[in-house]
Amino acid sequence: MQQFLNVTLTGLGQGAVYAAFALALVLIWRSTRIVNFAQGAMAMFTTYLALTVIEGGQSYWVGLAVALVAGLVLGAVVERLVIRPVEGGPELNAVIVTLGLFVALQALAAILFGSTFRSFPAPFDLRGFSVGGINVAFTANSIYTIGAVVVVMVALVALFRFTDLGLKMRAAAFSQEVSRLLGVPVGRMLTLGWALAAVVGSLSGLLIAGGSLVFPAYMDAVIVYGFVAAVLGGLDSPGGAVVGGLTIGLLLSYVSGYLGSELVALAALAILVAVLLVRPQGLFARTAARRV
Amino acid sequence: MAQQIDRTGTPAAERAPAAAAPSAAAPGPGRRFAALRRRMPRSTFGRHALITLAALVAVVLVLELTSPFRNSQFATMSYYAIAAAGLTVLTGLNGQISLGHGALMAVGAYTTGLLLTGDGGLPLPVVMLVAAAVTALVGAVVGAAAARLHGPYLAGATLALAVAVPGLAIYFDTALGGEQGLPVASPHVPSWFADAVYFLSANETPTAKYLAYVGWGTLLLVLLLLANLMAARTGRVWRAVRDDEVAAELAGIRLGRVRVLAFVVSAACAGLAGAVLGIVVRLAAPSGFTIVLSLGLLTAVVVGGLGSLVGALLGSALLVFLPPAVTNIGIGAGLDGTQAAQLAPFVYGVVLVLVMLLAPSGAVGVTKKLWNRSRKNRRGPSTRRTG
Repeated sequence: MQQFLNVTLTGLGQGAVYAAFALALVLIWRSTRIVNFAQGAMAMFTTYLALTVIEGGQSYWVGLAVALVAGLVLGAVVERLVIRPVEGGPELNAVIVTLGLFVALQALAAILFGSTFRSFPAPFDLRGFSVGGINVAFTANSIYTIGAVVVVMVALVALFRFTDLGLKMRAAAFSQEVSRLLGVPVGRMLTLGWALAAVVGSLSGLLIAGGSLVFPAYMDAVIVYGFVAAVLGGLDSPGGAVVGGLTIGLLLSYVSGYLGSELVALAALAILVAVLLVRPQGLFARTAARRV
Repeated sequence: MAQQIDRTGTPAAERAPAAAAPSAAAPGPGRRFAALRRRMPRSTFGRHALITLAALVAVVLVLELTSPFRNSQFATMSYYAIAAAGLTVLTGLNGQISLGHGALMAVGAYTTGLLLTGDGGLPLPVVMLVAAAVTALVGAVVGAAAARLHGPYLAGATLALAVAVPGLAIYFDTALGGEQGLPVASPHVPSWFADAVYFLSANETPTAKYLAYVGWGTLLLVLLLLANLMAARTGRVWRAVRDDEVAAELAGIRLGRVRVLAFVVSAACAGLAGAVLGIVVRLAAPSGFTIVLSLGLLTAVVVGGLGSLVGALLGSALLVFLPPAVTNIGIGAGLDGTQAAQLAPFVYGVVLVLVMLLAPSGAVGVTKKLWNRSRKNRRGPSTRRTG
């Protein structure tokens, strides 16, 4: 029973991070119909920037701010420079471009920051609470992780629901032609969408790194899990990404806890294939089924 | 992109008469080229076989005249090229992207490691065929799932495959050697082979050179078979499915079956490549089949030119000969060893992005465009179909 509780709690914490990452993928997919396979590499890069700042003697929060701002800039620059020319083109070209970015950023990080394992500080305590004499695998840091993801979700919902800017961004994603005719600067909205997505991605990178080890390839598996989560929720649905992320986090945590951590990636593959074969539009897609 | 691929992938049988007739009137090199073409065998297979034979002679010359270090580099290039040839058929001709070919190579390499037990075991060609067959079987399963997907969904699913398979080797660590990997027995050089090489060139045949011969022999065989497949009905059907699913379906093509077949053929190539990798590296380890391998193969086929076997060959040469050059430049610029080793993937990534932005048809596509333009200038307005 205690193990089940611990595995569940760990899964929830992981799931929150996957949800954030999946959300970043969904934001980009909605506006540009591109799956950003470089998302993980971009997050890894900004996490290294934060680590450099923190190791330079600044506090964790300065590092966090640096990472988020760097993510914002990186997302905008990437969209303007390399994604814009392939937007609306053959879908393979966009996929290959994001994969190229992924390889280049990962290698660049290894050149600039070294490819050894480095520990990343956690802002809060990593020891589990003890409830009635039993140690529970639920730490102050996991509360922070889940809280940070919730804050980001609420902020995004507020942005898209209640602000003019959010409305424009939704319009640009919904129909480029019509929005352009109505005076929405579609190009700028797309850039902003990528920048916001990169911020959310950077946050998930930082949250995963907190209290654990960082190396240039540490986000590789997260890309896959985030993608599976996003597909599970329906690539079009932000709410679905959150539910998908939590589901994947829990499922993978059970696999890791009861079957063996080597099988986690295989379980993710199995879930992905099952979802794509049974319900390719995902659990929460509101648009009519499209051919996958 | 589809149309550019179409031009590079025009079946040789269609292309030959169309190109030979007008250029007979062209002066200079054009006429000589046409005369050469007329002497080639009529049948597509004959033409491909002749080219393969010429390539075989070139391979023997190169391998006999170069140093042992270069021989081992050529052996490495051979398995990259086998896998890249399979991938270019899948992605370029059938329009299915795969980021999981590294994982499929792992299947081939582990099969080889398990079956090749030094003395008294199965002979090498049988082991390689079994490795290809096992991987083709895995490819059929993956392909059946992949046939329903497209673009980013397929990329994501095969990426998951690439991440998942190495974990399997660690999970079954008693049979597959876990993190350390599975040692692959090195095949002995058959005495008849050593004698034949000695007769030809008076050189001894060390194992490294023998492995290069095995790799290149397999590669040429694979290229011959694939070139035929591409020029035949199968290749035309693959292209039809890639260019317009609806039209292909209306023409009576079963999309699912065709896609699975393309995946199976491609996986069999990856399995063979894995077998060659196993005997060349003498180890099948999870660290050898990371995402970087799969993405490296993708780089090779994109840079060379999607859908072109020559492009796959060029691309895999890049994978082998670029890293040492770039690493040396990095060390010269004051980077330490591990940093300089990362320069090569950095260059791959940048090149991948640049090629997609500037010349999506790759090296072969660009060369072809320039060649066509220069011919057009020489003989005035073109009568060939455009686009």
